[in-house]
Amino acid sequence: MRRLLPAWVGAPRLDPVLLFLLLLIIGFGLVVLYSASGQDMGMVNRQLIRLGVGLVVMLVISQVPPRVLRDWTPWLYGLGVALLLATLVLGVGRSTQRWLDFGVLRFQPSELMKLAVPMMVAWYLHSRVLPPGWKSTAVVFGMLLVPTLLIYRQPDLGTAFLVAASGVFTLYLAGLRWRVLFGFAGLATATAPVLWLVMKEYQRNRVRTFLNPEADPLGHGWNIIQSKIAVGSGGLTGKGWLNGTQSNLEFIPERHTDFILAVLSEEFGLIGVSLLMLTYMLVIARGLYIASIARDTGSRLLAGALSLTLFVYVLVNGGMVSGVLPVVGVPLPLISYGGTSAVTLLAGFGMMMSIYGHRKFIR
Amino acid sequence: MIDYKGQHAIKDERDERRLFEVRAWVGFVCIVLLMLALLGRYVWLQVFAFDSYVTRSENNRVAVRPVVPNRGVIYDRRGRVIAENQPAYRLEIVPEKVPGKLSGLEALLDELANLIDLSDDDRKAFHKSRGNYRSFDSVPLKFKLSEREVARFAVNRHRFQGVDVVPYLSRHYPHGELLAHILGYTGRLDEDDISAVDEGNYRGTRTIGKIGIEKFQEKELHGISGFERVETNVLGRVLKVLERKDAIPGMDLVLSIDVAVQQAAWEALGDRPGSVVAIDPADGSVIALVSKPAYDPNAFVGGISQKAYSEILNAPGRPLFNRALNGGYEPGSTLKPFVGLAGLEMDLVTAETRVFSNGNFYIQGYDRPYRDWKDGGHGWVDIRSALEQSVNTYFYQLAMNMGIDRMHDYLAQFGFGSVTGIDVPGEGKGLLPSRDWKRSALGEPWYPGETVIAGIGQGFNVVTPLQLANAVTALVNGGTRYAPRLLYAAKPAGAEKARRVSAPVELQIPVRDPQDWQTILEGMELVVNGTRGTARKVAVDAHFRTGGKTGTAQVYQLEARKEDNPDEVAEHLRDHAWFIAFAPVDAPRVAIAVVVEHGGGGSTAAAPVARVTLDAWLDQELEREIPR
Repeated sequence: MRRLLPAWVGAPRLDPVLLFLLLLIIGFGLVVLYSASGQDMGMVNRQLIRLGVGLVVMLVISQVPPRVLRDWTPWLYGLGVALLLATLVLGVGRSTQRWLDFGVLRFQPSELMKLAVPMMVAWYLHSRVLPPGWKSTAVVFGMLLVPTLLIYRQPDLGTAFLVAASGVFTLYLAGLRWRVLFGFAGLATATAPVLWLVMKEYQRNRVRTFLNPEADPLGHGWNIIQSKIAVGSGGLTGKGWLNGTQSNLEFIPERHTDFILAVLSEEFGLIGVSLLMLTYMLVIARGLYIASIARDTGSRLLAGALSLTLFVYVLVNGGMVSGVLPVVGVPLPLISYGGTSAVTLLAGFGMMMSIYGHRKFIR
Repeated sequence: MIDYKGQHAIKDERDERRLFEVRAWVGFVCIVLLMLALLGRYVWLQVFAFDSYVTRSENNRVAVRPVVPNRGVIYDRRGRVIAENQPAYRLEIVPEKVPGKLSGLEALLDELANLIDLSDDDRKAFHKSRGNYRSFDSVPLKFKLSEREVARFAVNRHRFQGVDVVPYLSRHYPHGELLAHILGYTGRLDEDDISAVDEGNYRGTRTIGKIGIEKFQEKELHGISGFERVETNVLGRVLKVLERKDAIPGMDLVLSIDVAVQQAAWEALGDRPGSVVAIDPADGSVIALVSKPAYDPNAFVGGISQKAYSEILNAPGRPLFNRALNGGYEPGSTLKPFVGLAGLEMDLVTAETRVFSNGNFYIQGYDRPYRDWKDGGHGWVDIRSALEQSVNTYFYQLAMNMGIDRMHDYLAQFGFGSVTGIDVPGEGKGLLPSRDWKRSALGEPWYPGETVIAGIGQGFNVVTPLQLANAVTALVNGGTRYAPRLLYAAKPAGAEKARRVSAPVELQIPVRDPQDWQTILEGMELVVNGTRGTARKVAVDAHFRTGGKTGTAQVYQLEARKEDNPDEVAEHLRDHAWFIAFAPVDAPRVAIAVVVEHGGGGSTAAAPVARVTLDAWLDQELEREIPR
């Protein structure tokens, strides 16, 4: 029996520090979800099951050596792009096509790309000379542009942005020259008006709303205004668990998914938000540390990129809830209700643990 | 490993690692800075802007809703309900909650029109009234939905965001047109109404008294709004009541009207347009106030369509016109008792003074004859028989001796030429001519002939039925002129018993000699009971003795009236018939004025109506008297 399994299967290779921090976030998230769902234990249980699945996935992946993961990468990436194409044709979802319905399981292929793109870029750069030259840079941009555009077409601006960011972070960590980086940043700024022209009307409305939510307080501005009211009225210590009026009276839209941070802020106040953010920062710091002790280039880039991307999640969601960034569909990692995102994130942490478990012991 | 051909051809693990570490550190520093910036935002919202957001969150959570007081019920003198509240449903829209702004609202109204009967007038009224409501207030679209409409909407409710069916109490007038000119009706609150009331007290009120008692007593009937502070969710559904201050319901009102008497007078008028006003001379309370034709006030409750309204407006006989209050008629001979009293009190004549009537009266120096109604005249008559037979010559002579200005001043004491002060709006004041009036109003001097005909209530004189009835009241009760009252008693919410409201005395007319007044009443008694009385029919089979006076208001002047057969005169040119009366003569319990438009003579058309009305009132009043 033992012989039938690959040789690398053995004792769990877990990072206890990372695991502890993740469980802290998950625990806090479930507590908030209970309140945000209107004390719906069924919803909490469903999320618990998804998180359980995610943790199992994490444990399994943590056992897989980075080398093996790297071997799977092109296939995973190819599968992801194929699924994205399928979504465009067969997808379901309210006014957008983000989901693939497999009967028992509804799956958002764009989530997969949040992992597959940094993996692919890391895979590609792994064997290249760093810092990457023009040719490598161009190839990498190709790798991240294809899924980004496909996701953008769904349309899902938030995820497209996150996917692109994860690829760019990998390049950045690989040492892409500053002037090239700033050049692209400048180019992106310059093309912003073009972006406005190709945006869908609902996306433009989101930007308009972001710039002036009070202009349409009942329509597009409603989410932002109500979310800000929830956050602001939470104060330093919050209204207390289950006592958030904005949340319980359903003034916050999407309060158990994208806007769950508003519920947390209302009920646990600035102290609660700060503790959560501190925990995220510790997770990111730990991720960067794991990257720095990784055995090889690909692992290093992957762990670093995943850590930085996690921060983008937190920043975009936190900015959106507090009204400083536009409303884009970015969930709060491990806290927002939803399966695909949690499983993907935990799979990513599984890879980090694998990298940690197969770290270089001698520096 | 070293590649000598190019430094970068081969990976340098240590360089890469160092490069990565630099990039990771730079990245982490950026992250920390961004995170601090984000937390700064939360500090701003949760610490510095905390107060303002707490307020907004509280405003979100707590809605203050007006608690509408129940409108007071109105009863008649005998305790019959004449205006009540019935449960009904109305359709309301919160325009701000309708998706798609104004175009969305129009589309919504189009959709609704498929489910409920929604006229263009309803839509117009809805848009017009929107301005009166604060944002997020619900604006009524249609009142008194049928059960069918309620059911149909309920099924489709999910399609209509911001629309709701709201239960409320709708005004209902069980006696319909019979009391329309007294009660008036309530209707949709409009801009003018809002400016006239305390807006805070009408926050939840959707209808208001438009005319009649409903308008005059609006303040008492409406009551005082309460409020409740409720916790609502985002859909506006009330989750719990945090605080409640109950409304104080409007007062229940008792009117002095006796529906049975009103009904009797109404029926007695038949199809002829006319008016009956009956007043209790003891206290100035109005027993009946009929104006015919009338309209169904229930049609106006909650808004009437333009089409239905113009139908009523243009209906024959002008049913919206309140003849009792505002109908101006020549008083004709009904003015004679008052002119006669003036003569007695001024000592121009005594009860025994006799005048010879030969059928024609001439002013010295003029050759125009002023006629008596009877060819060849009535012979020698004194004041009593002059009233009994309605002898014009007597009053021509008296008026000449008196002069128009003295006549004006004396008759003004009975309220002619001014409003009576009754407690409903829209009363007319008639016209009591004088030299001054003619000079300023018409810019002409006064002619003696005008004094002559003023003596028999013709010429410029105009009175309303209410004025005349009120003047009779003062004549028979010894000179107490009341501001007549429809309101008899009011019962404030929670009170055990209704509080009696009495009519204020407008003027106590000076009485020089009570015998003068008695003489006039005796003359009027002869009108009904004398052998030559002009209204003898009134006395037939009566349980009580009545005094009265017939009158004819000329619609057009006939140069040679006697040549015309009255039956051949087109109806709309026929004279208006008057009859004033009081009964019982020894202790009057009712004073009455009846006018029947184009009825012809007062004795034939108006007197029988008065008799029926007097019967309806006195039969029960006197029977009630006996057991005591």
